Amino acid sequence: MALIDLSKKEIHCKIVYYGPGRCGKTTNLLTVHSTMADNARGKMLTIETKGDRTLFFDLLPLNLGTIRGFNIRIQLYTVPGQVMYAATRKLVLKGVDGLVFVADPLQVRRERNIESLEDLRVNLLDYGLKLEELPLVIQYNKRDLVDTPIPTLTVAELDADLNSVFNVKTFEASAVTGMGVFETLREISKQTVRYVTNKHLLHVTK
Amino acid sequence: MQDFILTAEILDKARNAIEGSLIQAGVRTALLIDGAGNILSNCGHNTDDIDAISLAALAAANLGATSQIAKLIGEEDFSLLFHKGKNGNIHFGRIGDELILITIFGEDVSLGLVRCRVTDLSETLLKIFEG
Repeated sequence: MALIDLSKKEIHCKIVYYGPGRCGKTTNLLTVHSTMADNARGKMLTIETKGDRTLFFDLLPLNLGTIRGFNIRIQLYTVPGQVMYAATRKLVLKGVDGLVFVADPLQVRRERNIESLEDLRVNLLDYGLKLEELPLVIQYNKRDLVDTPIPTLTVAELDADLNSVFNVKTFEASAVTGMGVFETLREISKQTVRYVTNKHLLHVTK
Repeated sequence: MQDFILTAEILDKARNAIEGSLIQAGVRTALLIDGAGNILSNCGHNTDDIDAISLAALAAANLGATSQIAKLIGEEDFSLLFHKGKNGNIHFGRIGDELILITIFGEDVSLGLVRCRVTDLSETLLKIFEG
């Protein structure tokens, strides 16, 4: 849920990166963290676990500047992608204002993407939220693998699997190299701030 | 889950209530947050020394996890959570369904006093935020 602080003139929004295990959600946040200027980013919080998989969540607070005198503060969260962490995944979604669905383009992960998107839809419903009403962008990650012998899905196939219903903006990205990471973040931030401000009739135009 | 719009009036009232109760009792820091990990109010003596954003996110997650543990053993929820350290202690208390009050205090303040004050504050804060 958004928090609008009229005394400090701040708007806080929560954006969650969702997707199947090993699709690159944490890598997205790490790339944003390593690229952004010190004054715009907060401390990246990762709950230490054995191995490189996210057990609970990662958090990266960002300061995106001001819109109509309001300081825009965004908190980026990731969820644990592994199927067995269903309960924690749902907890992180509490109070979400915007979503990035990170899809894994490996052919062997095709079903995982579809399952994860459905899992997201069901988890949101439990909070009384509808996926089609929330700001959402889809990121097709790992596009650097397209030119390698590893079998990957085409954008058309990913579109058919994941975006035929929602018809939202999609971005090709490679979280490891940084390609598409900021384009994704810029679009979801814009949509989320607009969603939150429109909901509370603050009439922000951009 | 509702969105919060904080006005200066609400924040001042909440801050005064927390300072008049917990801070006066000698606790180091009291942090009022929501279930999504947003900070509503940060009061106390060494508020700049603590990474409040991380603390709020972890506390919200901690209470979320605890609530799942409660369900596993057939409880509705645990209303409070307390961690004891060598020099500092931390107490988490639920305020209604949406808010969490985090209290950090040293050995010079008793847990019983913190619990009493948090219980009293809980009603006051609910009235402030729910109008």
